[in-house]
Amino acid sequence: MTRPEMADEALFLLLHNEMVSGLYRAAEQGEGENGRCITKLENMGFRVGQGLIERFTKDTARFKDELDIMKFICKDFWTTVFKKQIDNLRTNHQGIYVLQDNKFRLLTQMSAGKQYLEYAPKYLAFTCGLIRGGLSNLGIKSIVTAEVSAMPACKFQVMIQKI
Amino acid sequence: MAVCIAVIAKENYPLYIRSIPTENELKFHYTVHTSLDVVDEKISAMGKALVDQRELYLGLLYPTEDYKVYGYMTNSKVKFVMVVDSSNTALRDNEIRSMFRKLHNSYTDVMCNPFYNPGDCIHSRAFDNMVTSMMMQVC
Repeated sequence: MTRPEMADEALFLLLHNEMVSGLYRAAEQGEGENGRCITKLENMGFRVGQGLIERFTKDTARFKDELDIMKFICKDFWTTVFKKQIDNLRTNHQGIYVLQDNKFRLLTQMSAGKQYLEYAPKYLAFTCGLIRGGLSNLGIKSIVTAEVSAMPACKFQVMIQKI
Repeated sequence: MAVCIAVIAKENYPLYIRSIPTENELKFHYTVHTSLDVVDEKISAMGKALVDQRELYLGLLYPTEDYKVYGYMTNSKVKFVMVVDSSNTALRDNEIRSMFRKLHNSYTDVMCNPFYNPGDCIHSRAFDNMVTSMMMQVC
């Protein structure tokens, strides 16, 4: 385990946490419209996802189909961003995919059970946008939502929209 | 050295198109437009033809009497089209591939630029300079 790698992980985690609290603080001081923060976070994740995917797929081979793209997201993409793979991918083969991560990196610091459960959605919005942005750049329109029942495990549900 | 370089978005409109200054630039625009059909053909023929379906480089799209047109499609469905002079026989396949790689690297940098909105035309000077280095020097 090399030192530079460890600093790399912590940097993104801490920056992300600050981003979430910073946005909410700014919203409170502003007009107090709390509902827009989640959308802002998701849109941030969207733009970051677009750029990230461009960089990561620069050297990979061409994708065969939708399932290939989802597998890439679960393995390579997740490993590069969160240093681990998605633990479980389920699909109904009709455009709905559920990605399950049993130890989501952005939530492990928070709690190991039900404590702080109501704050979890704020910390998942950025990652939802990340997935949506990555998929959109690969040509897939989707809606991504996340749910947490017991930290730090969480599920991301991807609904592909057929145009 | 290329005569014309174009970057086409996935919705098939040009994000960036530049050719050496001659009297008839419209001809290059037209050539690039028609080459899009050939790109689509190559992509859809991937399962059946002998083309290596995992590669991003598409190879020679079609030759005309004066020019040869080469194509490359990224995983994000952005196409790069390059028109080179037929009389320039010194250009090998490997060189074309490396030119496309340079284009792809520069395009990725443009994508990650916070001042660039995906879908807009590319105005980045760094990208311009890179393309200038690949175009034919015409005095």
